[in-house]
Order: sequence, then C-alpha cells, then structure tokens
Amino acid sequence: MTEAGTLPLTVATVEVVEEPTFDDFMESEIKRILKRYPDHGAALLPVLWLCQERWGWISAGIMRAVGQRLDLSPAFVEGVASFYTMYLLRPPGKYLLQVCTTLSCQLCGTSGIVDHLKEKLGIDFGETTKDGRFTLVDVQCLGACGEAPVVQINNDYYTNLTEKCLDEILDGLGE
Amino acid sequence: MTMEPILLRARGVKNSRTLGSYLKRGGYKALAKAIAMDPEEVIDEVKASGVRGRGGAGFPAGVKWSFVPKDLAKPTYMICNADESEPGTFKDRELILVDPHMVLEGIAIASYAIDAHTAYIYIRGEFVRETEILVKAISEARRKRYLGSDILGSGYELEIHIHRGAGAYICGEETALIESIEGKRGLPRLKPPFPAVVGVFGCPTVVNNVETLACVPHIIERGGAWFAAIGTERSTGTKLFCVSGHVERPGVYEAPMGTTFREIIEEFCGGVRGGRELKAFIPGGSSAPILPADRIDTPADFESVAEAGSMLGSGGVIVMDDTVDMVWALENLLTFYAHESCGQCTPCREGSDWALDVVRRIRRGQGRTKDIETLQRIARFASQGMTICPLGDAFCLPITSFLEHFGGEFEEAIAGAEQSVSTHLPVLPVRSDQALFEAEEVGR
Ligand SMILES: Cc1cc2nc3c(=O)[nH]c(=O)nc-3n(C[C@H](O)[C@H](O)[C@H](O)COP(=O)(O)O)c2cc1C
Ligand code: SF4
Ligand code: FES
Repeated sequence: MTEAGTLPLTVATVEVVEEPTFDDFMESEIKRILKRYPDHGAALLPVLWLCQERWGWISAGIMRAVGQRLDLSPAFVEGVASFYTMYLLRPPGKYLLQVCTTLSCQLCGTSGIVDHLKEKLGIDFGETTKDGRFTLVDVQCLGACGEAPVVQINNDYYTNLTEKCLDEILDGLGE
Repeated sequence: MTMEPILLRARGVKNSRTLGSYLKRGGYKALAKAIAMDPEEVIDEVKASGVRGRGGAGFPAGVKWSFVPKDLAKPTYMICNADESEPGTFKDRELILVDPHMVLEGIAIASYAIDAHTAYIYIRGEFVRETEILVKAISEARRKRYLGSDILGSGYELEIHIHRGAGAYICGEETALIESIEGKRGLPRLKPPFPAVVGVFGCPTVVNNVETLACVPHIIERGGAWFAAIGTERSTGTKLFCVSGHVERPGVYEAPMGTTFREIIEEFCGGVRGGRELKAFIPGGSSAPILPADRIDTPADFESVAEAGSMLGSGGVIVMDDTVDMVWALENLLTFYAHESCGQCTPCREGSDWALDVVRRIRRGQGRTKDIETLQRIARFASQGMTICPLGDAFCLPITSFLEHFGGEFEEAIAGAEQSVSTHLPVLPVRSDQALFEAEEVGR
C-alpha cells in the first residue's frame, strides 16, 4: 500500500455482515485516508470503497458503521451511497458483468452481446444467476468507446468483444 | 497533416509507464525548469501558449490559473479531472495508460503555478487499472523527489492524492466533482462563485482536464510560443481525437488543431467501416450537436466547429454510417442523459425523462404529430441558462440538432404511426405516457 491511494482488490468476496467492525488493516487505511483531506467528511467515498472491497457490497449495517466512524448520520451516508451507481447496495454475484449500452458500443453491436448474455445466463439486466456466479447490469459509457463493444467484469475491461470471445472469457473465469 | 506526436510520443515505447522510461525521454525536466521560475512566469508562459481546456469548455488554462486570488490566508488546491465520462471520449484513459508521469508532471507544474501544496486526481471509479497505474507512478515519483515534501531540493512541497469517483457522469462537471471530493452527492453548484475563488473545502481551486495538464510540461520545456505556433491562431497545439463508431480503425489520434474531420475519419481511421457511406458524425462528445456528412471538411478547432453548428468539446468523434436510424440514435443518447441528470433542476430532471419518453414512443410507432413540437419545447425550456449546470444544454443540443438535420426521419416515423393508428392499432401507453400526455396539454 502506498500513501496515494488504496489498491483495490481484484475480486470482491461477497459477505453478509450485520454488525461490521473495522479490523486493524482497515483502521490503518481509514487513518491514512483521513490524512489526505482537511475535512473528515471527505473520507466518505474512499471509506465506502474500502468497505466494498472488503465485504463486496454496502449493506445498511456497513453504512451505519461508516457513519459512526466518520461522524456522519446514517441517513447522510445512505444518501451519498445511493447517489453513486458503483456502490452496490445489494449483494452482487461473484462476477459483475457490466455491459456498456451507450451509443458507440451500440453502433458496434452491443445488442447482440446483450441478447447472447441474457440467453446464456438465463437472466435479465439487474438479476443474478441462481448459483450466485453472475450478475448482469447495463451501464453507461465506460470511456473505452474505441474498443467497442466493452464489458467490464469486476475490475477489468474486456474490449472488442464478439459472442465467441465472450464465451471464452466467461468459461475462463473459474468457479 | 502528419507531425511528430507530442502527447502520445511514448506510445509503443517499451515500459513507457515507468519513471525510468519517462526520464529517458526528458521527463521532469520541465518541472525543474518551472520550479526555478517565478509562479507568475509559469502562468505567463502557459498564457502565451494559448492552450485551452480539453475537458469540453475550451477555457484558456493560463487565464484560469491567474484567477486564483493571491496572498489569501487559505490554501489553494489543484484538481486533475480524470472523470472521463462523456460518451465517445476515451483520451484521458489513453494518456494515463501510456504516459502517467507526464500527467503527474503537468499537475505538479500547475500546482506550483497556483501555489497549491495538495492536488487531487479525480478518476472515474470504473478505471481501476488506471488508478493502480497512477498510484504506482505517484509512489515512484515521490521516492525520487519529483513529488513530496522537498521537490528536487527546492523546498516546494506537493502531495498528489487520488480520489476515486463511483459512477456518476455528472461528477465530471467541476463543481459536482468538488462536492464529490468533499464526500457528498455530486450535485453541481451555482456559479459564481467560481471554483478559482471558492472551490473545494471553501478554498480557491483550479480544475483542469488530464489532457490540458499533459500539455503543460511540453509548454514549459519548449516555450509557449512553440506551442502557439501549432494548430490555428485561436486553437493552439495538438488535440487528441477519440474516434469511435463506424470507422475501420477507431482509436485515439493526435493531430494539430484545425485538422479536418475528413482527414481524421478517412486518413487516420481508414474511412467508414465496410466502405459504406458516412451519414453523420458527432464531433465533440455526445453533448455536441450532430453534423451531417456534408460538414466533413470542417476543420477540427474550437472556432470552425462552432461555425459549422457544433462544438469541439472533448474531441470525441462518433461516426455513423448510412444504416443508422436517427430516431434510435437519439433515443440512445437521451437514455444516457435521463439516467445521468442529478435531479436538482426541474427542467433537466423532468425534461430529460420526458424527451426520452417522446422519442421512445416515436420509435415504437406510437408517435403523434405534435411530438416534434413537444421535443422542441422541452429543448427550449431546459437549455440556455435555465439550469444550474450545462447538462441541461447537453441533452437539448442533441435533440435540436437531430431534428434540424434528420427531422424527416422523425416525421416519417410519426406519419407512419398516425396512419396505422387510424386504421387498426390501438395506442398503447408506454411507461408513464398517460401522465405525460396530460402534462403536454397543460403546458400548451
Ligand atoms: C455534465 C458535464 C460533464 C463533464 N464531464 C467532464 C469530464 O468527464 N472530464 C473533464 O475533464 N471535464 C468534464 N466537464 C468539464 C468540467 O466541468 C471542466 O470544465 C473541466 O474539467 C475544466 O478543465 P479544462 O479547463 O482543462 O477543460 C464536464 C462538464 C459538464 C457540464
Ligand atoms: S442541469 Fe441537470 S445535471 Fe445539472 S444541476 Fe441541473 S438537474 Fe443536475
Ligand atoms: S460507448 Fe461504450 S465505452 Fe463509450
């Protein structure tokens, strides 16, 4: 870990935690984050990221704990967490498939990929497969339009996709 | 016109992201030079270069820096805007992937010029790998004293921190970005006061785009006059053009301001995909008005694109061939804006949803004669200063420009629908259509 930022974990593990507590590692990260800003409230986004990396999503219990730690009301924390689409307020599957559905990707054939994914996984946007492996969501432009179509799987971009190479990618993801 | 790349010179260089590689191509020399200068002189050099903001608005960077009040008791802050969420734009990502130290050096010089000791890079949350690259570059630079408590032995101190966004287009707008750094919802602020006077944590703040800052080391090293000689008189330097959509070779291309879109699309990108006809292109990111194929000889600089009826914006060129249904394309763009409106201003919040509903029903064969007028009315109500931030204009400009150049397609779709409605099909309500019809009657 460096001074500059928290390195995100590669794959989030999803855990249900009712009463989350920050372990020593997280506590030291929070202290480090707080040092970057003159105001403790500014630590909210990075601390929410830290929690999502730790627990895989942001539960109501996590929001309460974060609020307590940063001296912010739970309602305020929820207001912020729900504003940003990347904070997951429901537990996702192990692999979060985020398909860009904005114009440049659509011009290059995203809808075929979407149909293929929906059929292959048997789920619609916003749903998770029964085995908990995949969650499928549609997202807006991912800022990689020159390599359309683009799908983000957890932290990685997969670009210039065809149905065939997408199949290979999904099969190679492991359990 | 071909020339030596400036911002993308490290493309293809092995290990181009490392400090060692950056130093080999003369990296951080400009920072040393700047620190030996007076901050005022640095600002003057950047002013002389004429470099204008690459984030969309095109405001001269040196002038912006000079707005920061001097001798205040408060600290000042530098922010690098790496939110990059305007559809069709992917140049800042390229700069970070190819040459992160160049971006850091630009931030450091800009911070020195405005006397900031803390800088934040606001990077969109999806850019996880790009964040890792920047984190690594920052620690490398700190270790060698290009950043940190005593930069190059000068006593000047600067820490650069990364602040990750979390999925909100609106946080690219500078005041929403500032709110987001402060740990709040990304709701744009009313201006004035401008960030240069009251920005993050109530202190003077300069927000600049990644590409703008990437120009700075080159300007300091080679002089403002050198930079000003590239491009056109009022749009100086090179620009990164991000070309996507129906071209043979999409990607990021660097070219002097004033290069024509014909050169960009036909020469750099190998023309329209599959040898098809060009139908239209959006020259500057999705918020810029669409232009029909016959404007392809427009030079890509701020003035010429404005004259042609659009905006250079972020340099995101979206190319569409003759197969594209314009009603479909507008629906796609409006879906984006309806999703991304922050909801503070009624004209933007309601207007973006309403316009989407209208276009959607036109495309589903349920359009009505008055629909085009309705769209135009929405565009009048939500743009040109009726909203807190320019996102209002950002969704209205596509509407008015699509109607101006391709209105016939909308009329046809509606005429077809009217006919089928009168003969056999019942009108099916789409989503909240019923309430919308009523609203339209009231608004009349
Ligand atoms: C809705 C909206 C979204 C924006 N998104 C971005 C963005 O993603 N990146 C960016 O650099 N500027 C964006 N801007 C422009 C910024 O507000 C600001 O003008 C810019 O970062 C200033 O830097 P510059 O002068 O170097 O261009 C956006 C503006 C608006 C209104
Ligand atoms: S114009 Fe739209 S995005 Fe901008 S502040 Fe108003 S509601 Fe929010
Ligand atoms: S439109 Fe899909 S990444 Fe930009």
